[in-house]
Amino acid sequence: MSETYTIPVGPLHPALHEPITLKLEVSGEKIIGVDVFCSQVHRGIEWIGMNRNNPIQSIYLSERVCGICNICHPLCMVQAVEKAAEIEVPERAEYIRTIAAELERIHSHLLWAGVAAHEIGFDTVFHYTWALRENVMDLIEYLTGNRVTKAIMMFGGVRRDIKENGAKKLREGMKFYLEKFRKIEEIFLQDPTIKMRTRDVGILTREDALKLCAVGPTTRASGVPKDVRQDFPYAAYGDYEVKAITPDIYNGEVHGDVYDRIVVRLLEVKQSIEIINWALDNMPSGPLLAEKNLVRLKMKLKKAEGEGIGRVEAPRGEDIHYVRLKAGEEPFFSWKIRAPTYNNVLPWIPMLLGGQIADVPIVAASTDPCISCLNRVTVVDVEKKKEFQITKEYMHKLSVKKTRRLMRNGR
Amino acid sequence: MADEIIHFVEIIIGVFLVAVFGMIFGLLTKGIDRKLAAHMQWRVGPPVIQPFLDVKKLFCKENVVPRNAVAWLYNVAPIVCLTSVIAILLYIPMGSIPPILKGYGDVILILYLLTIPSLAMVAGGFASGSPFATVGAQREMVLMMSYEFPLATTIIALGWKISTLYPGEAAFSLTTFTKYPVWNIMGPFGIIGAIILLVVMILVTTGEITKVPFDIAEAETEIAEGVFVEYSGRNLGLFYLADAVKTVVMASLIVALFFPYNLSTYLGSSIHLPSIAWNAIDFLFYLLKLEIVIFFSMTFIRVSVARFKVDQVVKVYWGYLTLAALIALVLIALDILL
Repeated sequence: MSETYTIPVGPLHPALHEPITLKLEVSGEKIIGVDVFCSQVHRGIEWIGMNRNNPIQSIYLSERVCGICNICHPLCMVQAVEKAAEIEVPERAEYIRTIAAELERIHSHLLWAGVAAHEIGFDTVFHYTWALRENVMDLIEYLTGNRVTKAIMMFGGVRRDIKENGAKKLREGMKFYLEKFRKIEEIFLQDPTIKMRTRDVGILTREDALKLCAVGPTTRASGVPKDVRQDFPYAAYGDYEVKAITPDIYNGEVHGDVYDRIVVRLLEVKQSIEIINWALDNMPSGPLLAEKNLVRLKMKLKKAEGEGIGRVEAPRGEDIHYVRLKAGEEPFFSWKIRAPTYNNVLPWIPMLLGGQIADVPIVAASTDPCISCLNRVTVVDVEKKKEFQITKEYMHKLSVKKTRRLMRNGR
Repeated sequence: MADEIIHFVEIIIGVFLVAVFGMIFGLLTKGIDRKLAAHMQWRVGPPVIQPFLDVKKLFCKENVVPRNAVAWLYNVAPIVCLTSVIAILLYIPMGSIPPILKGYGDVILILYLLTIPSLAMVAGGFASGSPFATVGAQREMVLMMSYEFPLATTIIALGWKISTLYPGEAAFSLTTFTKYPVWNIMGPFGIIGAIILLVVMILVTTGEITKVPFDIAEAETEIAEGVFVEYSGRNLGLFYLADAVKTVVMASLIVALFFPYNLSTYLGSSIHLPSIAWNAIDFLFYLLKLEIVIFFSMTFIRVSVARFKVDQVVKVYWGYLTLAALIALVLIALDILL
């Protein structure tokens, strides 16, 4: 069939759980053109943090950036503020943060594995992995009080301790996952139909991964050993010395396909289990918070002036929060979130080109997209009834204009 | 003249009964399938009567026709689909009850009729005027062309054996298949061949009723139900019913070709019951056989594998299954020659 036509995948499509649009140019079943349209959801979270909330309220707001990464976003933001206001975090709190972040990684990777199985029509595996995930959700609930929005982070520490009982439960839970790990590995890496659907599908070459700045498991599966926990350790990772996981650890070769992304994520689950066990064994004693009195903390933040960047290796990749505080102003003066999916959407294009329509869901899912973090502005001119997106060229033109104006004013 | 009228009335009543049976049993089968699949996936699953509720609700819902659809074709496709599958059911014996249209057609006719529901789905898909439905319709055509050959090979192999053994009988008539069950007439080579053919038939059935791994035409996560993407209300309900009846048809075909045994033939001499009671017992036994066949051709397969891609489906059918069917044909030929 030589005739080509366009298939819109999204903004609402059963394969995508959040709104994003893919315009696919197809010839028969083959994909010959891909275009991605973002910014279908914009919730103005940064605006609220900069205008309405005080910093402590913003911690809980940042948990709501994403339903799955609700440790890494607050952790990242808290780190940025701590840098800006020069707050020292006690050591025990750093370890608890590490454990919370790794629990989140286990739950997120298992959730992803289930979704991926569903995308290729393997519902049994989907139900199985999600049933396994319940254990880590229960652990998270036991340790933090909540299954989803954990509300454990605070500037200069954490809000809850891991006591004797909690540590015991955690160890039992980790033992459970180590036992089940064999089974999960067997299902995902040995099943012939999963291999048929994922081997040599959605290949992202090492060059493309570097060029498009892919992050997290997506880039590691292409053989780029990039991991914030390894390169710029935060929390307690500096003591553990994390090593970035690339698929060649498993079978000595790197394909950069969906199968390799499964390998990387599964090995990371194992790594997380090891990190949690290590953190439990080496947890120092001491206080949990640098400043227990919230009123005093608030005053300190109000007086602080400066900027900070927080970097966290979220389950999906590197998450960055930039925060700027201005003395005398309670909300953040500036707050910018750069979530990992922002980097991982562009690699979809080389992954999908030349593939089949059947590959779209699993390839899109293989980067574990979290659309709620993405944004790009669509400007609607109400008077002229026109709608346009701000492109790079337009932004560049505006920047040049503004620089000229600043230069003129400076003179 | 009077005989002919009675015969005619009998056929009309029979057709009505078979249609009702096909729909009700098909829906019940779907419910059992969903329940069993749910238990295999660590779930509770919906109640067994859920498909009935689904159909009831679909028939209450608004029937939307998209603006750029070919309205008449779009509306006719589900009716053609349902009537053609019911028509196939009329040629298939149920237990010891002979088919309603006995003597009017044979397995070759069933082979042809089996393509009509798929063609109706393709027509409906193209008539929807949606890119997803177009992709789905193309995939349905590919799927149909893929499983036709192994299916035909299976039936020809079995018919050939019967025609060489009993030259006087109508070789492709389902009643002949019922009279001489394959396992009784085959030698050692033939038995191996027949087992291979049975496996081929079960996998063809999975494709014919478009279930995972061969559900490429509907693939929910890829093309949003494909051919059915624009269908709603009554039309979707008709397709749903057609799918249910088709499941019964394909399972009945396997039962008629491979397991035509009836309890009455074996126990009739030792237990004395009126013939109508034996008919009822045979019918229930036939339903049991259907459920077992459906479990293996639908439920069991669909929970244990992932969905294939189009090229992989073609490879499985044209490559592996066709090869297997041809090997079975050679084995049966050896059986005939030796």
